Amino acid sequence: MGTRQIELEVMRYNPEKDEAPWFQQYSVPCEEDWAILDALIYVKDNLDSTLSYRWSCHMMVCGSCGMTVNGEPHLTCKTFIRDLPDKVRVEPLENFPIERDLVVVLDDVMQKLQLAKPYIIRKDDPPPEDEEYPQSRAALKKFKQYTMCINCMLCYSACPQYGLSNDFIGPAALSLAHRYNLDSRDQGKAQRLDILADHDGVWECSFVGACSEACPKNVDPAAAIQQMKVDGTMEWWKQKFGLTGDKP
Amino acid sequence: MKHIQADIVIVGAGGAGLRAAIAIAEIDPEIEIALISKVYPMRSHTCAAEGGAAGVKLSDDSLEMHFNDTVSGGDWLCDQDVVEYFVEQAPRELVQLEHWGCPWSREDDGSVAVRPFGGMKKKRTWFAADKSGFHILHTLFQTSLQFPSIKRYDEFFALDLLHEDGRARGVVAMEMRSGCFFHFSAASVIMATGGAGKIFPFTTNGAIKTGDGMAMAYRAGVPMKDMEFVQYHPTGLPGTGILLTEGCRGEGGVLVNKDGYRYLQDYDMGPETPLGEPVFKSMELGPRDRLSQAFWHEQKKGNTVPTAWGDCVLMDMRHLGAQRILERLPMVHELAVSYVGVDMITDPVPVRPVVHYMMGGIASNIEGETPMPGLFAIGETACGSLNGANRLGSNSLTELLVFGKRAAAGAAAFAAENDYPREAPALLAQAEAIVARVRGLLQKSEGNESVAGIRGEMMNSLEEGAGIYRDEEGTEIACKKIAELQARSAAIKVNDKSNVFNTDLQGLLELQNMLDAAECVAEASNARKESRGAHQRMDYVERDDENYLKHSMAYRQPGERPRIDWLDVTITRSQPGVRDYSGDKK
Amino acid sequence: MSRRPYVRPMSRTTWYMRNGRFKVYMLRELTSLLVGFYAFLVLFGLVALSAGSEAQWNDFLASQQGPEMIALHGFALLYFLFYQTFAWFNLAPKAMPVQLGEKKLPAHFIVIAHYVAWAVVSAFIFWLAGAI
Repeated sequence: MGTRQIELEVMRYNPEKDEAPWFQQYSVPCEEDWAILDALIYVKDNLDSTLSYRWSCHMMVCGSCGMTVNGEPHLTCKTFIRDLPDKVRVEPLENFPIERDLVVVLDDVMQKLQLAKPYIIRKDDPPPEDEEYPQSRAALKKFKQYTMCINCMLCYSACPQYGLSNDFIGPAALSLAHRYNLDSRDQGKAQRLDILADHDGVWECSFVGACSEACPKNVDPAAAIQQMKVDGTMEWWKQKFGLTGDKP
Repeated sequence: MKHIQADIVIVGAGGAGLRAAIAIAEIDPEIEIALISKVYPMRSHTCAAEGGAAGVKLSDDSLEMHFNDTVSGGDWLCDQDVVEYFVEQAPRELVQLEHWGCPWSREDDGSVAVRPFGGMKKKRTWFAADKSGFHILHTLFQTSLQFPSIKRYDEFFALDLLHEDGRARGVVAMEMRSGCFFHFSAASVIMATGGAGKIFPFTTNGAIKTGDGMAMAYRAGVPMKDMEFVQYHPTGLPGTGILLTEGCRGEGGVLVNKDGYRYLQDYDMGPETPLGEPVFKSMELGPRDRLSQAFWHEQKKGNTVPTAWGDCVLMDMRHLGAQRILERLPMVHELAVSYVGVDMITDPVPVRPVVHYMMGGIASNIEGETPMPGLFAIGETACGSLNGANRLGSNSLTELLVFGKRAAAGAAAFAAENDYPREAPALLAQAEAIVARVRGLLQKSEGNESVAGIRGEMMNSLEEGAGIYRDEEGTEIACKKIAELQARSAAIKVNDKSNVFNTDLQGLLELQNMLDAAECVAEASNARKESRGAHQRMDYVERDDENYLKHSMAYRQPGERPRIDWLDVTITRSQPGVRDYSGDKK
Repeated sequence: MSRRPYVRPMSRTTWYMRNGRFKVYMLRELTSLLVGFYAFLVLFGLVALSAGSEAQWNDFLASQQGPEMIALHGFALLYFLFYQTFAWFNLAPKAMPVQLGEKKLPAHFIVIAHYVAWAVVSAFIFWLAGAI
């Protein structure tokens, strides 16, 4: 297999040394089938062991290796050399504070995942412990897409609303709430409404759609958010007219 | 150094650690739990498991059959009391996950679907398409968010165990983003840090699987059990080692050599089964050890297919059709397209065996207890002897649930029964010594070795000496090589001197852990002079129940080779017999 | 010495120049200026009408018939068609997916349904305008 020389331009930031981030060049002999992550691993192992980045599975499922590649948010294990020019710029994800080199601070979105109450909430008792809920394949299909989120945070990096104001709950957390709202086993929609229909919730979204384009798992968070706007409005009217037993 | 006081410390927040944390929170919300993980919980390697989780479900199946499959699959090295408990609890745990929202794939009638898996006599593998581990992990993580008593310490790298009078009392960990050291003290400690596949060069395992928990326990004097048993999964993608789930074969995929011949029939797994109609426990649904060994022989015979990434065989799934592949195996379909450029709908995929799972680990029992009071171990990092000499596919996801819950109960009871002083000067001194060791590594300014260099040599020597087939000479060379690397690793200089997210330092700490795990694998492979399950010796080709129906126990001896002891296998009702993978045709 | 996370602030005034997607988005959002313009226009018309003087109303009508105003209305119509009607109709399947059994209704069905509904409502309004 042939190799191709790639000029990697990597953003560096060491808070103990640097006032601000800067770019370092590495010339990397890449195998044809490599992803950008492989090039970074090559740098770490052969050229510069001080470069910090997150990675683990190298199979598009752990969500660790999200970075900005040539200006767009990508999973670096899924961004192949064969699709890129000879010069590649790698930066940390946008819209997050940079901790160190390509590592960003994720505290804020971790908090937001929690706000979505991403667990089954019941009003009625669940079935006995040896009995499953029946769920039709159609009912599963309804929310399955929204279970695919790997929390890679590319959507937050792509979202200008989140960039402008970190108060926005944001694409992944909202899709996660939607996933549980749509699950036939869940009865917690009203409880999730308080936070999500608030002004930092779905209404902060102006449907740029960048989140869905960035999503490596086709979760389509933009769609989830628009559906929640419709849902939230319906729920609000229902509560207004006392058509539901839930507290508004 | 900051001091954190908890009742129970759990190290590792993958499937096992999260399951244990939830169980403790449910037992008593007053119990303070510190859940430490070197990565965010959703990054844990449980997420990469694909095929599913085993538990008896259909009326034509029975606990007895699941027991027998597991014990014979493990070549009778399983502790049978553990297997009995496991098969009994398995269905309940899988239903529990269903109640927590796991998106299991469904049958037309709305019940949870099950698929066939290697070495299993009936369909009993619960699955969520081909992302079962991912969905299990995320369901557990999300469910855990509702329990305020679970206090998470994400991206904290655990350094070593604290123990006093032979009892586990906590851990010392480093917060990655600040470089600050934390002294966690607790009444009981649960290790749930996953396996150590990264000690091999070609593995399905993620970067984080460096045997940290195993090494911490080993250094604290706890024995490592059955470390010679390393599972090669027969169908990894060449180059990257990415797993193509056994579900591919469960759904009907077949393995062929360069002549298009289904070679498994030549290795005691025949007769050939009709295309698209897999037969339980035969041909492609044989156990992983047998399939990987068959590849080795085919390669020796020159029957493999040369590719840019080395020798492979082909997995042919074309007869399954696009709809079935895209519905049940969408992720592996995408992975094969992305990483080797093959669309399994139209072409056979090149595959080869790849290191996948450690049957061995921290010696533990049916309660998840280790020989050190107060220390529990669960999941892949533990060896509770459910899996014996070869794990059956889809038993491990269920294992982490069943024993995660059980160890949680044990750890909670232990914490309740054993009072402990909040201040312990002896422990503080121990913690200071651990911190001093790590600071020393960071400050060292001389040295001519590198993490990547030593790591590469370690991987290659294990693959050479303790791969699919082993012998006296090879394992001896590997043992010496690992010892040499242990010594040379002292000359590694950490170039990165920063306190903030120093992955250079972390890499060295992980390498030290891997070398400890590698030492156990090489030494135990050398000591077991028989062939059983995943441990195949070319100089001792037969199973030897007379001498080796025993667990190996590796004890660390600082400065010398570890001591290997032997522990009897617990047998309740199944005497060692013949592993029959002819689909009852014999 | 330790942590000092670095924040790269997003420019509040030029962020949308970053890529084509954001520019298209801003062009879509610019329709709000036209909406504002028409709101004022209606307001002026209403003021003219409520003044009770026929001459004032006729002046207002006349002011809308010059070639510049026709051009502006034509431009506005095209702008709205591109950045509102077509854009939103194309996005409608995301906001209102329809699932029949296990299958999702293909997106173009939902899009076509929107155009059909649009045509029907427009015809109704023309009919209403003609009837008055």
